[in-house]
Parts: sequence; C-alpha cells; structure tokens
Amino acid sequence: MAAENIHLDYSIIYSIIEQGSRVLDLGCGEGDLLYPLVRDKQIRAQGIELNDKAIQECVKKGLSVFQDDIENSLREYPDNSFDYVILNQSMQEVRKVDCVIQDALRIGSKVIIGFPNFAYFKSRIMLFFRGRSPITGSLPYLWFDTPNVRFLSITDFKNFCAEKKIRIIEDHYLDDKKIVHLLPNLLAMNAVFVITKQDVTR
Amino acid sequence: MSNVTTNNSSIGVVETHYHTYAQRGKEHKLESGESLGPITIAYETYGKLNKDKSNAILALHALSGDAHAAGVHKGEDNKGWWDDMIGPDKAFDTNRYFVICSNVIGGCKGSTGPSSVNQATGKPYALDFPFITVADMVHAQRHLIDYLGIENLLCVAGGSMGGMQVLQWVASYPNRVKAAIPIATTLKHSPQQIAFNEVIRQSIMADPAWREGNYYEYGQPEKGLSVARMIGHITFMSDQSMEKKFSRRLKKDQFSFGFDPDFEVEGYLHYRGANFVKRFDANSYLYITKAIDYFDLSGSKLIPAGKSIDTRFLIISFKSDWLYPAYQSQDIVRLLKKRHVDATYCELSSTYGHDAFLVEIEEQTTLIKHFLDKTFNGYMVVKNYGS
Repeated sequence: MAAENIHLDYSIIYSIIEQGSRVLDLGCGEGDLLYPLVRDKQIRAQGIELNDKAIQECVKKGLSVFQDDIENSLREYPDNSFDYVILNQSMQEVRKVDCVIQDALRIGSKVIIGFPNFAYFKSRIMLFFRGRSPITGSLPYLWFDTPNVRFLSITDFKNFCAEKKIRIIEDHYLDDKKIVHLLPNLLAMNAVFVITKQDVTR
Repeated sequence: MSNVTTNNSSIGVVETHYHTYAQRGKEHKLESGESLGPITIAYETYGKLNKDKSNAILALHALSGDAHAAGVHKGEDNKGWWDDMIGPDKAFDTNRYFVICSNVIGGCKGSTGPSSVNQATGKPYALDFPFITVADMVHAQRHLIDYLGIENLLCVAGGSMGGMQVLQWVASYPNRVKAAIPIATTLKHSPQQIAFNEVIRQSIMADPAWREGNYYEYGQPEKGLSVARMIGHITFMSDQSMEKKFSRRLKKDQFSFGFDPDFEVEGYLHYRGANFVKRFDANSYLYITKAIDYFDLSGSKLIPAGKSIDTRFLIISFKSDWLYPAYQSQDIVRLLKKRHVDATYCELSSTYGHDAFLVEIEEQTTLIKHFLDKTFNGYMVVKNYGS
C-alpha cells in the first residue's frame, strides 16, 4: 500500500525506492517521506534536517535524523554509503548546489532530486504579461520571504546534468495532482529526477 | 508536546546498595598499570528487570554526582540528581525499564575512592590511591552489571562526564550496548577543558589545609575546594543565564566598598562552594578531573576504522553550552557517519549553558522516550505510530 494522503511527488519517490534500501533524505522535514518507506519497505533511513520541531517529530516516528544544514552534512560519509540520496524540494534552498549534488552522487549510488519548475507556463505568464515575480503552487513565496536561492527550469537541470556528465535514469513531471506527459518544461509544476554518476544500467 | 509532559510522580523511597569485588589476589588492573582492590561500588536500581533481562538501562553520573539518581532516601527529602528524567512515565520510564545508577570509582559517595580506607594501612588512601581513568570507571560498572546477571544493556545514558562513560562503554563493550545516549559531552577533553580542570586542581592543592592530600584527620581543605567548585559553577552557566539569574543585583542596597560579596552572583558562588565542601571529597575532585582530562576516544578509538557497530545513538547538545560546546557533539556525529552507525543528533535551544542537561527536561524527555521505545520495540513502534 502506497503512502496515503501525500503529495504526488512523495508517492513517485515512494515507488522508486526498493525494499531494504539505504536512504538518506536531505531536508527530511518531519519525516513524512521516510516514514512510510521505513514502515512498508524496511529501508534503512537517515534524515538531515535543521528545524527543531521537525527533528522532534522525526524521533517520534522512530526515524534517525541529524540536526544539520544540508551543505555541511555530507562530507564525512564514505563513498557509496547509500542506495539513494533524496533532495526533494530542498535543492532550491541550497547555495552551493553543485557541491551538494556532486557529494550526493559520491555517497549515494542514485540521487533523487525533486524541484519546482521555474519555466512552468503560469510562471511565464506572470513574468511576461504582469511583469511580476512568479508565484505558483510549487513556488508559493513572495520575493522577499522565499527560502529559495536557486531558480531553475527542467531544461536548465537537464543541461546541467549533460554538462556535468551526470546520467538521468528516470524523469517524472507532475502537475498539482497528475503526471504531465507533454511539454514538461512548459506544463509541469514539479519534476522528479533519478540521477547517477555510475555506469550501471537499470 | 502531545503525550509527553514532565510530571511530578516519583519512584518513591529508594535505597543504595553496595557490591564489593576484586578481593585480595583478584585485584582490578587499572589502565595505569596499577592495581586496586577490594573495590566497592555503590549503586541504586529503579523499576523491575524483566524476565529476559532486556530492559536494563545504565544511567551514568557527571563529575560530582552519585548513585542516587532518582527517588528519595528514607527519612530524607533530597531527590536523586536525575529524578526529573527517571521514574514512572518519565523519559526513562521505570514502569517499563530497569534503571541502574552507580557511583564511579575514585568518587566519594560509597564507591571506593581516595577517601576510602586502604586495607593495607588501615588509613584512607589519600594520594596512595592509584590514578583512574574513565575506562577504569566503566570496567568497574561492567563488574556490577555482570554481578546483576545482565548480559546486554538496552541503553547507557548520561551527560557531561556521564556522556564520556557512555562513549567508553561503546568503545569497550560494543556488543553489550544496544543504544547509547551521550549528552552535552565530548570525544576528548579540549585544552580549554583541561585548563579549567588544572585551575580547579591547583586551587585545591594551594590550600595549606590540603596537606599533600593527608587532611582526613583534620577536615577538608575548605577554602581551596570551595574556590574549585566556584570555578566549576561559572563554567556550568551561560552568560545569558547568569544575566537572567543575577544581573548586577546587589545583596544589600549599596556597595560595601570592601571585599565581601556585594553582588548576588558572588553570593551564589560562595554558597555553592560552601555547600560542596560539605558533600564532596577534595581528593576525589582531583582524581576525577584528572580522569576526564585523560579521556580521548577520538580517531579510531571509539570504533575501529573499517568497522561498524549495531549500537544506536542519540546525541544531544545545547546551544548555550560553552563548556562542552555543540561542535564537540558534532564531532561524535561525524565519526558515526564515517562508520555508518545509526544515529540521531539534536542541538537543543537552551539558555542554561552546560547545566541544561539537568534542567531542560521536556524536549529531552520527548527525544529519549521515543528513541528508547524504538530501540526496545523495533519497527513495531514505527508501525503503530499515529494508529
């Protein structure tokens, strides 16, 4: 049974991760993504989170979590410590995003990255016709209170991967409630990628 | 907090027990190479050991602590040092777990230390007492655990020097510890921590009443020991907590223009110092501070390189603790990451400084209670969450 009442991106990530995997979730929040995976798929989970209250909630769920910020948290892990490293909806808040992705690829065989698409058509409309910074379902913040420091589109991310010789194993594009098949860079609000630096084929 | 609240229920009346081992011919070999025996260990227990002996928790005390961790002694009303955390429905829930606390060797609260009588001479050991280390303290506790018939501990937990003993348990007996909770502690004493301890020792030894340690017929080196404790208390508080507690308030309405304590903070330190003299042996303070200065489990000493262990960790530090700052707890975390050890780290917001581990009860209770629950019941707990 998949996780109930959760975001579409959560259920996509839930279905990607195999039984018994070792998983590191960067910016795990209150553990809502990890918890059903531990419960149903017996994964070995580790979360990293900065927020005090979220840490307590994770511990209540029986999850192991480190209070730390993402950028400082990866250095000590030996190579291939995890089957999956998850950066879901947290990458856009990271300053040294290139370092974090490279480190994630070093310590995990696969990295799952989920982020809001800045080139979503509603963003484009807001910017083009109204001349305002986009506010959408996946980018709900005003310019002065956003935690986001990186604004990227699906095409940006694909180019980044090509340039850095990162292989994209899976890509999923989603609207609020459904999967997007057509013109994702225009029609998708969020994207979930599974990437690797390793030479394995799935 | 949902189902966790601090509560006032107590374990009630408790008693200190004594276990003696390392009799003549079977003396305990110490890390220094010297031998000690016989050794008496003072300990208390709370709650009931279950049938398969799987619910035992060892609580480890800090520098000046003792075996009396919870409840009250008959006819007295001072509660144990961790009474807020150990008891029915508390963080260490005595309805579910069997909690043991023993006084460290080298101490003066019933376990063998420099103030104990040396059977060879019939007089207190004083400076004939051999130097002990945190590892020696832990080996002695292991004897007690064996004597109680317990093979594996569900958890070892403690703050400050208690946290060092937690780490030492993992280093010495990794297979006998299911979970470890080191609080406000370090993998190794830093130069600053050693420096404070040296000033503490020198203030005791500078008191002529110390008499090279042979003061037992005459009474404690009160001045020196009191100053030593005053230094300690400064390091236990934070700038912020001192401001809140004392500010610049005066004991009397105006300055005395003399050297008697004018400020409340001075009065507090004097009071603490004077109290300490009544309850703690000066030589024990020297030996134990030295033991923690020698403490160093950095590098591969906690867990050998290339190895991992099954012990789960819950590491807690406090933002305003400058005696055992959060970075020292983060060093433990970094080491555990390298060794792929299952661990949780939490840096609690508190203004109480190092003292926080004894007074910040609510958040510690939530963390410890759920962490122990998961350790004791495994994934069952996870499955039951929210149901």
